[in-house]
Amino acid sequence: MQQDTQLTEGIDKDLIVGEPEVEYTTLNLGPTHPATHGIFQNILKMDGEKIISSEQTVGYIHRAFEKIAEHRPFYQITTLTDRLNYCSSPINNMGWHMTVEKLLNIEIPKRVQYMRVVIMELSRIADHIICNSVLGVDTGALTGFLYVFQEREKIYDIFEQICGARLTTNIGRVGGFEREWPEKVFQLIEKFLKEFPKVWKEFEGLLTRNRIFMDRTIGVGGISAERALSYGFTGPNLRATGVDYDVRVMSPYSSYEEFTFDIPVGENGDTYDRFMVLNGEIWESLKIIRQALDKIKQEPAGVYRADAPNVVLPNKKEVYNNMEALIYHFKIVMGEIDAPVGEVYHAVEGGNGELGFYLVSDGGRTPYRLHFRRPCFIYYQAYPEMISGSLLSDAVVTMSSLNVIAGELDA
Amino acid sequence: MTILENNTVLEKLKDKFGAYIISSEEQYGMLSVTADSAFNIDILKFLWEDKDLEFRFLTDICGIHYPDSPQPFGVIYHLHSFKYNVRLRLKFFLAEDQSISTATVMYASANWMERETYDFFGITFAGHPNLKRILNMDELTVFPMRKQYPLEDPNRVDKKDHYFGR
Repeated sequence: MQQDTQLTEGIDKDLIVGEPEVEYTTLNLGPTHPATHGIFQNILKMDGEKIISSEQTVGYIHRAFEKIAEHRPFYQITTLTDRLNYCSSPINNMGWHMTVEKLLNIEIPKRVQYMRVVIMELSRIADHIICNSVLGVDTGALTGFLYVFQEREKIYDIFEQICGARLTTNIGRVGGFEREWPEKVFQLIEKFLKEFPKVWKEFEGLLTRNRIFMDRTIGVGGISAERALSYGFTGPNLRATGVDYDVRVMSPYSSYEEFTFDIPVGENGDTYDRFMVLNGEIWESLKIIRQALDKIKQEPAGVYRADAPNVVLPNKKEVYNNMEALIYHFKIVMGEIDAPVGEVYHAVEGGNGELGFYLVSDGGRTPYRLHFRRPCFIYYQAYPEMISGSLLSDAVVTMSSLNVIAGELDA
Repeated sequence: MTILENNTVLEKLKDKFGAYIISSEEQYGMLSVTADSAFNIDILKFLWEDKDLEFRFLTDICGIHYPDSPQPFGVIYHLHSFKYNVRLRLKFFLAEDQSISTATVMYASANWMERETYDFFGITFAGHPNLKRILNMDELTVFPMRKQYPLEDPNRVDKKDHYFGR
């Protein structure tokens, strides 16, 4: 107040009556906007190009998966999990299989566990390829995106050889895999392991020390570790803030405890750190796949599922020639497996965080209640806090680095 | 790292809250505690503050509906103590028209989780800053995850559950 009177001394009072005019603009970013990479709406209150506050609308592609799951036998729910985070469907599939196996107390052979690790790490790479290359697109570098998407196609070729599908995979079954992997699969994986590092090194070279990219991402969309934990961040976004929480290490599943790998962490939790953590994870995933392939070789060949005839579908040849196999075939297809009464929570490290399955079984053929802990549904609510005060173009970059997948967000 | 046993967690909770702990069980390695719904925030606060527990990460909140029970609605919290790497499940059951205190006072993440629970089960969280529908459309008049609502349109003749053995 004191200062004000000093400043206004000697100036014509009429000129400074009132305050400078402030006018806010409301901007709808989304629901279908090329820069949002999915169907989310953000209603932004803007002062020029600066974001003052924002309001999110989600649920545009809600498909009632939790309700549908209450009406489906366990093995038919796998296809629902495909459509959660469709950038890394195999991880969701495996997570669901493991949840049911935990409920039914099925022992999975080591070879199958290692095969699952290979699948999950391949799909983690595919997921991170998308996130990081699209971040490049949003900062104006389209070349890298087109270049590394070829590699994602190669991963999908591997999935196709295993299960016949590419994007929504429905890969594997409760108890293992539906059939032994063809020899071609191992050849394709070996080829990928040989060729991909070179490509990814080039991609990193384009962006990691790129002045334009660094200026666009460092200090943009940052969040502190404390806030991130309060907002329930998990996965790469949490690790970018410096917290080394990884489900694969904290609650190992599918024999992850036998593998040697590092957890890349960031420091500031900004867009650049998230990019670097995802890059680091790709290299770690490659290491894990290499170890898993070596471990598979040491296990007895040809084992691709658990010895649990009441849960695992028998071979067609046996179904036609063997009474017991025929009975089991019918029972399993109709969903009549003996599920105990109980509750299971099982979490896996998904592409973008802790993907949890909370399954309540009343002993029936369908779950009594199934809840998906979807990581990006939980951390996406921090988005307004992360972008408030920043520029519109920063908001776009922040969203794409958060790896928010609409299918998972809306379930 | 010292190992925190599920029994220790349970004993500490029983020491502090005594009769308000209704039941407990351990399934597949995870302790599950059912308690009086009036004390949910007190229990969460105690679990956060106690130096030997430090359950400071809210993994998940979800609802459940048991239509035949006198307290048909359940709110289920999954907590994780990063320090001791122990998970814990807390359950609170509510009668129809009863509400439960919001956890948004402790966890920013509880905001949308509670909105989702409200959206699907109609469970109200007292003190929630913005309790409105999140995934379903605003015009919806029912809470679709309640058990009385069938999945399929009941007027369809080709999709009766009994044809499919359900």
